[in-house]
Amino acid sequence: MRIIVAIKQVPETKSVKMDEKTGTVIREGVEAIINPLDLYAIETALRLREKHGGEVIGISMGPSKAITALREAIAMGFDSGILISDSAFAGSDTWATSYILAEAIKRIGDFSLVICGERATDGDTGQVGPGIASFLDLPVASYVSKIQIPNFKSQISDWGTTLRVERLIEDGYEALSCSLPCVITVVKEVSIPRLPTLRGKQRAKRTEIPVWGRDDLDVDLSKVGVNGSPTRVVKIFRPKVTRQCEKVLAKDDESIKEAVDKLAHLYLRLLCR
Amino acid sequence: MAEQKDGRVQRISHELLSRGLELAEKRNCKLSAVIFGHSIKTNDLEELIERGADEVIAMEAAELEHFLVEPYAACMLKLIGQYRPEIIIAGATSTGRTLMPYVAVKAHAGLTADCTGLDIEKETNNLLQTRPAIGGNIMATIKTPKFRPQMSTVRPRSTKPAPRQRNRKGKIIRLVASKESLNSRIVRMDFIANEEEQSLGEADIVVVVGRGIKRAENIPLVRELADSLGAALGASRDVIDRGWLSYPHQVGLSGQTISPKLYIGIGVSGAIQHLAGMQTAEIIVAVNRDPNAQIFKVADFGIVGDLFEVLPVLTEHIKQTINNDR
Ligand SMILES: Cc1cc2nc3c(=O)[nH]c(=O)nc-3n(C[C@H](O)[C@H](O)[C@H](O)COP(=O)(O)OP(=O)(O)OC[C@H]3O[C@@H](n4cnc5c(N)ncnc54)[C@H](O)[C@@H]3O)c2cc1C
Ligand SMILES: Nc1ncnc2c1ncn2[C@@H]1O[C@H](COP(=O)(O)O)[C@@H](O)[C@H]1O
Repeated sequence: MRIIVAIKQVPETKSVKMDEKTGTVIREGVEAIINPLDLYAIETALRLREKHGGEVIGISMGPSKAITALREAIAMGFDSGILISDSAFAGSDTWATSYILAEAIKRIGDFSLVICGERATDGDTGQVGPGIASFLDLPVASYVSKIQIPNFKSQISDWGTTLRVERLIEDGYEALSCSLPCVITVVKEVSIPRLPTLRGKQRAKRTEIPVWGRDDLDVDLSKVGVNGSPTRVVKIFRPKVTRQCEKVLAKDDESIKEAVDKLAHLYLRLLCR
Repeated sequence: MAEQKDGRVQRISHELLSRGLELAEKRNCKLSAVIFGHSIKTNDLEELIERGADEVIAMEAAELEHFLVEPYAACMLKLIGQYRPEIIIAGATSTGRTLMPYVAVKAHAGLTADCTGLDIEKETNNLLQTRPAIGGNIMATIKTPKFRPQMSTVRPRSTKPAPRQRNRKGKIIRLVASKESLNSRIVRMDFIANEEEQSLGEADIVVVVGRGIKRAENIPLVRELADSLGAALGASRDVIDRGWLSYPHQVGLSGQTISPKLYIGIGVSGAIQHLAGMQTAEIIVAVNRDPNAQIFKVADFGIVGDLFEVLPVLTEHIKQTINNDR
């Protein structure tokens, strides 16, 4: 049985830059990493395979250099990776990205589970996971923090039919039973990502990673890229920094008391509003 | 899209009405509150009208008691077909952030996540949706010129709840969900409530503890302060990774994004990944003994000192101030 993980390559948090004209993230000349929250999706897939067997495939949509994200997943233990890349796909919003990724997943076929990260640290929407599920007409469990496959029987090569998950929501954990196939998005609590191994890295170098573009997928080109995307970024600006930190030194009884008084005052003002 | 829990309408619904009122006035159109659930309190539905809804559309069924993506999406799509709304806003909550993208795909609508500003563009009547991106370092304004409905999720606590006007009148429409729209391939088995009383995302005041606290045994010092302030307790990633507090407490890039009225950081350095989750707080206060700590760059008020000296005095003072107040 097959698990597909959607992996996004993002600029390193410290060096993100935006093109103020087009409202897109500048990806050239900036250090690119696997979306940190996708590492938990990768680890989850690897652990499921270790326990229940099967195959794990990474897919990523992005410019040609996003291939390194897939190589890294293979170095961590993935069986293979597929890069989705085409100039026609550039500038896709979450609707169009979900559409293209869902078409790629359909083409791979025969999967039990699709795993996404909770959200990407650049766009920061968390919409692509549920979006993929909707295009595939599958149920989605978001914010998953724990996973089990209860009715797995090791004699059969099959995975069973349901997945038990816990989902972390505002006021607690919700336990769900999901019929397979389904899509899940995972939070950090689900696992601790492993590091790539040396052997894995060597294997990753040798593994050929196919690149799929417009001719390989059944996508309507009028629904992808900048022009096919429903949403449009019209303005980018830096939030005004109006904070002027008033710093007080608290080094002896008196200055500590003064500092504490000030804080208490802030707090009381807040209570009165 | 109003939200309910155990039949009670949640605060986010009133915040959405506050946003909706502004937009409806500018567009000169009707404002409807839609809610899915089971045995929702009638009083609470009336309150939605008192807080600004012209009509409340309540769909009820046992299967809608808790959020399940398929039945909720099916019901919503049905209503979209029937009412053809111009704009749909929902909370950027675990429910809204799952339901809205699922629906937006099927409705072929644009969806903007986690908005903190909504407005109407005068010339075109398009919805202008402003949201923080890249950890709050940049704000982006997004439009959906060619597609309808225009959809957004709105960051909880980014606006005040609409005030209640007792004499406001409106209609409550109760709809019965059709059988086929209630199918779900996901079954909710159980719910395990958090040990904390207040959830981080919903608290007005959050006290966040960082590595400066040195060891797990010292955490109660910070918890005591949080309790005395009626605040929720949060933590930086370092504290979580060391196992001193559980993951639901984590604030930041790989944890929760919070926008409380007051954030108090105790022994937090203010790494960029931490700032990504809290810099939209209204007032930021930090206690750190390093005068050059990054956290002071985003703070309104900074106490430069040893937290082990400051904390006991502070907690004691707050306890007394509150006792005096009552
Ligand atoms: C991909 C990624 C995701 C991340 N996600 C998150 C996230 O979601 N949330 C998050 O918080 N971090 C996150 N981080 C980690 C982040 O970069 C920092 O490592 C972390 O926030 C630091 O935590 P801290 O401020 O508690 O600890 P430190 O950086 O060790 O700071 C401790 C501070 O306490 C002060 N201090 C020490 N002793 C005292 C004393 N006695 N009195 C007063 N002050 C004292 C010190 O001066 C120092 O400033 C992430 C990192 C990465 C790479
Ligand atoms: N271009 C992409 N390629 C592969 N996976 C993606 C892409 N964009 C988003 N995803 C997946 O969807 C999740 C949520 O992303 P986002 O909706 O952009 O915040 C990510 O954690 C990835 O798992």
